[in-house]
Amino acid sequence: MTAAPEQVDVLGVAREQVLEQGVGLSEEQVLEVLRLPDERIPELLELAHAVRMRWCGPEVEVEGIVSLKTGGCPEDCHFCSQSGQFPSPVRSAWLDIPGLVKAARQTAATGATEFCIVAAVRGPDKRLLSQVRDGIKAIREDGNDIQIACSLGMLTQEQVDELVEMGVHRYNHNLETARSHFPNVVTTHSWEERWDTLKMIRAAGMEVCCGGIIGMGETLEQRAEFAVQLAELEPDEVPLNFLIPNPGTPYENYPVVEGPEALRTVGAFRLALPRTILRFAGGRELTFGDLGAKQGMLGGVNAIIVGNYLTNLGRPAQQDLDMLTELSMPIKELSKTL
Amino acid sequence: MTTGLGAVTYCGFCGKERAEGDHTACASRLGVIDPPRFCAQCARRMVVQVTPAGWTATCSRHGEIASAR
Repeated sequence: MTAAPEQVDVLGVAREQVLEQGVGLSEEQVLEVLRLPDERIPELLELAHAVRMRWCGPEVEVEGIVSLKTGGCPEDCHFCSQSGQFPSPVRSAWLDIPGLVKAARQTAATGATEFCIVAAVRGPDKRLLSQVRDGIKAIREDGNDIQIACSLGMLTQEQVDELVEMGVHRYNHNLETARSHFPNVVTTHSWEERWDTLKMIRAAGMEVCCGGIIGMGETLEQRAEFAVQLAELEPDEVPLNFLIPNPGTPYENYPVVEGPEALRTVGAFRLALPRTILRFAGGRELTFGDLGAKQGMLGGVNAIIVGNYLTNLGRPAQQDLDMLTELSMPIKELSKTL
Repeated sequence: MTTGLGAVTYCGFCGKERAEGDHTACASRLGVIDPPRFCAQCARRMVVQVTPAGWTATCSRHGEIASAR
């Protein structure tokens, strides 16, 4: 008769592997973390916070985002209220240059170091790129030296080069979910097409911002799969969104991710991505409320989007800045790399 | 929360008459995580621009309303 194999505790392993050596968890290990019982969440968050402090430092990167072109998107991302394929109440709108300059100024005034210009498109056309170019020029002429990121969908090499030339330092293009789940979420383009754009961005020297949305019907296995697929990409930043079930979208009746599950996900993603900027993005207000946001910030998150999102509202920026002060978390200074 | 005048007949979140049905779920989102999408006076879908510090919503018939902040 042989003795039963000794149970190895995943957090004990993570303490050595991730905290001490800086090696992210494997897919199987992430899945184990995602299956931890609620009573072990505080222990998980404490470890995730220690990992973040050890490999990223105490600073928090603050960002504002704005929608340059809203709605009317030809793609069918099932979570998105800006798709023209669903009966969403969101109507098409373009932000003009003065509006963009004002939004950038408001963002900089919060102490944010990042301003992301976003458009709901499959990929940018000449008109959109021209608007981005004019917008960046106007922001600079306004005396605003905030770092500018863009999120304009899938790119060609020529467009990547153009954005580099404009001075865009980071590009957001989310993989959204695990490769195995992506065809259930989007049918008008593939996960691989997004991956190709991300590779071009990296090769061109722009920082890669790539994350996704939790709560789109993926299994825990697929959530773990997604975490390690992101790790394989080695992104500079991972924005972590939680589904906001928006009216008119195929996911309008999906349940909101519950706080404990979301916190487990935050902790697990930090343990899979020890050195990455992990950003709280959309949906945190609905999922966490005030208390949970603090727990997340003390559980591995080291960046936030302040103010409103693209079509949804966030907390007033000052509320988040006050939270960072209360947590004694310094805001990253402009041009200082995490 | 918003500036602008006029009778509030329709729900800004779902666009249905406020006097009919239960709008508790709408109220939990409107102004909290969603700007108004429908004109409160005529229920037309509005053109909404969200920015980091606020939002504007424009009805083709009744004009623009904006967030207080």
